[in-house]
Amino acid sequence: MATAIDNQATVAHVAEHEHHEPQSFLRTYIFSEDHKTIAKQYLISGIIWSVIGISLSVIFRLQLGFPDMNMGFLRPVLGNWINESNKLDPNFYLALVTMHGTIMVFFVLTAGLSGTFSNFLIPLQIGARDMASGFLNMLSYWFFFLASVIMFASMFIETGPAGGGWVVYPPLSALPQASPGGGSGMTMWLVSMALFIVSQLLGGINYITTVINLRTRGMSFSKLPLTIWAFFLTAVLGLISFPVLLSASLLLIFDRSFGTSFYLSEIYINGEALPNVGGSPILFQHLFWFLGHPEVYIVLLPALGMTSEIIATNSRKPIFGYRAMIASMMGIAFLAFIVWAHHMFVTGMNPFLGSIFMFLTLIIAVPSAVKAFNYITTLWRGNIRFTPAMLFSIGLVSFFISGGLTGLILGNSALDIQLHDTYFVVAHFHLVMGAASAFGLLAGVYHWFPKMFGRMLNEKLGYIHFWLTFIGIYLVFFPMHYVGIAGFPRRYYAFTSYDFTKNIFADMNSFISLAAVFTFTAQWVFMYNFVYSLFKGKKATQNPWKSNTLEWTTPIEPGHGNWPGEIPAVYRWPYDYSKPGAKDDFIPQNVPYSQTPESNLPHENELISLEKEIEAQNLNDQFKQPH
Amino acid sequence: MAATATNPVATDSTQTFDKKAWMGGVEPMNASYGKLMMWFFLISDTFTFSALLVTYGLIRYSYPAWDPAIYGEVFQFSNLYWPTPEKVYNSVPFLHGIDLPLIFVGIMTFILIFSSVTMVLAVEAGHRMDRKDVDKYMLWTILGGITFLGSQAWEWSHFIHGTEQGTIINELVNGQTIQRTIFGANLVENQYGPPAFADLFFFITGFHGTHVLSGVVLNVLIFYRSATGLYERRGHYEMVEKVGLYWHFVDLVWVFVFTFFYLV
Repeated sequence: MATAIDNQATVAHVAEHEHHEPQSFLRTYIFSEDHKTIAKQYLISGIIWSVIGISLSVIFRLQLGFPDMNMGFLRPVLGNWINESNKLDPNFYLALVTMHGTIMVFFVLTAGLSGTFSNFLIPLQIGARDMASGFLNMLSYWFFFLASVIMFASMFIETGPAGGGWVVYPPLSALPQASPGGGSGMTMWLVSMALFIVSQLLGGINYITTVINLRTRGMSFSKLPLTIWAFFLTAVLGLISFPVLLSASLLLIFDRSFGTSFYLSEIYINGEALPNVGGSPILFQHLFWFLGHPEVYIVLLPALGMTSEIIATNSRKPIFGYRAMIASMMGIAFLAFIVWAHHMFVTGMNPFLGSIFMFLTLIIAVPSAVKAFNYITTLWRGNIRFTPAMLFSIGLVSFFISGGLTGLILGNSALDIQLHDTYFVVAHFHLVMGAASAFGLLAGVYHWFPKMFGRMLNEKLGYIHFWLTFIGIYLVFFPMHYVGIAGFPRRYYAFTSYDFTKNIFADMNSFISLAAVFTFTAQWVFMYNFVYSLFKGKKATQNPWKSNTLEWTTPIEPGHGNWPGEIPAVYRWPYDYSKPGAKDDFIPQNVPYSQTPESNLPHENELISLEKEIEAQNLNDQFKQPH
Repeated sequence: MAATATNPVATDSTQTFDKKAWMGGVEPMNASYGKLMMWFFLISDTFTFSALLVTYGLIRYSYPAWDPAIYGEVFQFSNLYWPTPEKVYNSVPFLHGIDLPLIFVGIMTFILIFSSVTMVLAVEAGHRMDRKDVDKYMLWTILGGITFLGSQAWEWSHFIHGTEQGTIINELVNGQTIQRTIFGANLVENQYGPPAFADLFFFITGFHGTHVLSGVVLNVLIFYRSATGLYERRGHYEMVEKVGLYWHFVDLVWVFVFTFFYLV
């Protein structure tokens, strides 16, 4: 572990600081407007949600792996969802799948990941006192909290939560009689999602505005750490795609409750025609996936951004292709909006349209490959330190590649006919977006825990956690590819009654389920580590990873306003690691070129003359303004 | 955190547009965080409305238009084809029974666009720090907004009550075709054409009307704060500008809604 080092330019400012009235407990910890507290609130909420979300998946994995299992022991938790013959209720199985997807995608990997790290890192890494609007930021968390409460409550109503899949396709989701959860469970799902979208919107406009307006002097866009670029682009994606889901769900609410027919047409139930004519369920799919596909990148981009930072820091090398990384993230963000129909190849779309979307989809492989290549070349001949955060980041790259490869297969509209809605798809997206993003989240927690809580996470437990999780995840999802190629459809309650599935792969499914239980169990190592280190962990030093970015120039536990004195100015990019001639193997962003003549490149010597100008340009430090 | 337009650079706009605008330590393009947030909110809201208009387009073109060669020379309301807007929206209050296609909605549109003009004047008065003018033009804007909402209420109520004759439709009930006359429209049935036409009309104009209503509420708030001298004490009228952005956006959206529902 790193030793305490003083990085030159930061020791100075222990200057006087305007006195702030101490705030009440309620304003400090609950209704806080401080970005660091809000980030921690998101983190804790995200962790709680992930425990719930993963537990749900373990329950349905037990059903899939061991269809004859006596589930009586779950009755104390699930009550009547375990029926008289000690089996899982099939309707509840569908609800479990739906809630697992919803919780993991939106509540853990969107709110828990972006919410935590965008809030925490944007002001700290760009050199700002706080978010542009602390109030809207607080509001964003509490809208999310309200959405969480409603979603959580929906799991306890008698008819159960929504059961139409996380994509809530009508008519299944539009007709209350379609499934037990189609009534109030679905209504609560929609209300919760509407509130969630409001929360995302408030968060998103704040992130974007903060990055544009509150960068410290010298922090031009070409000196931003890649984390900030990723959060920025993620916020833009969310800003543009979530409102479309809002429209789609409002229309769905009208179809469900007020008799309109936006998505419904010519439906017969028990031989009786419903009065609805004129709508189109495909329309919903278009609207949904216009959000749904960018959502994949909303989940993944922050993880990729943090990984870039962690890999560069722990390889002690500049990130390979800084500008290429930015360009590829922009490329991914742009392409995210024009590929949505690859989720709909088999819904009866015009095959010509299918081939266009296939073409656009396969283009995504280019920027993705650039990123994977750059991660590997950053590691190449680096002076690698295997911290737990680094291991999780490398794990992310591994999942990103192995999951991304199957994306090339699924992106083909012809191959998709066979593989659509099979376990092959499940394996693909769990690796490339689920596990990869989760590893990004974990890497972020291991890396920035010292900054968040002033203590270190235990490294040994981190290693154990990493290896168990990394192996566990591959054991769960790798076999699923075979199951999927064999044609096993996803979302099915059991495979025991179909000729083509009943005699094969029962052992593989049991194996996957055991691996899932194993991986879930391994997460308690992390939970223990997290809680233990929160109170008893080793005290963190100022800059434990010898990192270049600005957050490590704040006090070990930054207070309100982040920097006690002036905000440091920025003179160089964040990746000056192992620079030839430099006395340390890192030079933080706030060290001017004039202090490092031994390592400056010729063009950097010319930048010395700009330093005065940069220092003078201190016009947006909010503590200089009345507030 | 109040990083407002009062920062020193704001006084000299030429200076900020040089290379250093994006160098950090300064608000690029002189835009305060509040104004940026409003812009980004509007971008996001654009997509909300776009999704609704795409929905409209898709459902609209899944129906045939009225074709004299097939459906007869005289236009009649029927749920077989999408109605011609001039035939649906042809009434004006107090002029009962006279065919005035799109006159009333034209007046509504004019009022709303005119309220945007008064909003511009209010913003301009704010730049001059002229409290009396800001108050005056805000009042005109509020009046325009309320008139638009009132007109829309009349338009809706007329649409809901329908024509005197109603439209006869054939329905299949328990295997037998029966004839029934329906008057006006609601979310389930519609005398003017397919129910989807009424569904979309109510949803999209309603969603836009909700935006106008919140705009009016914001305008009233701004008027109150300006009239009580809050902005004068603060030293700038930026709030008028921010709410003005929203108001123009709502007008712009109406132009699209108007085009889609009434013109094509």
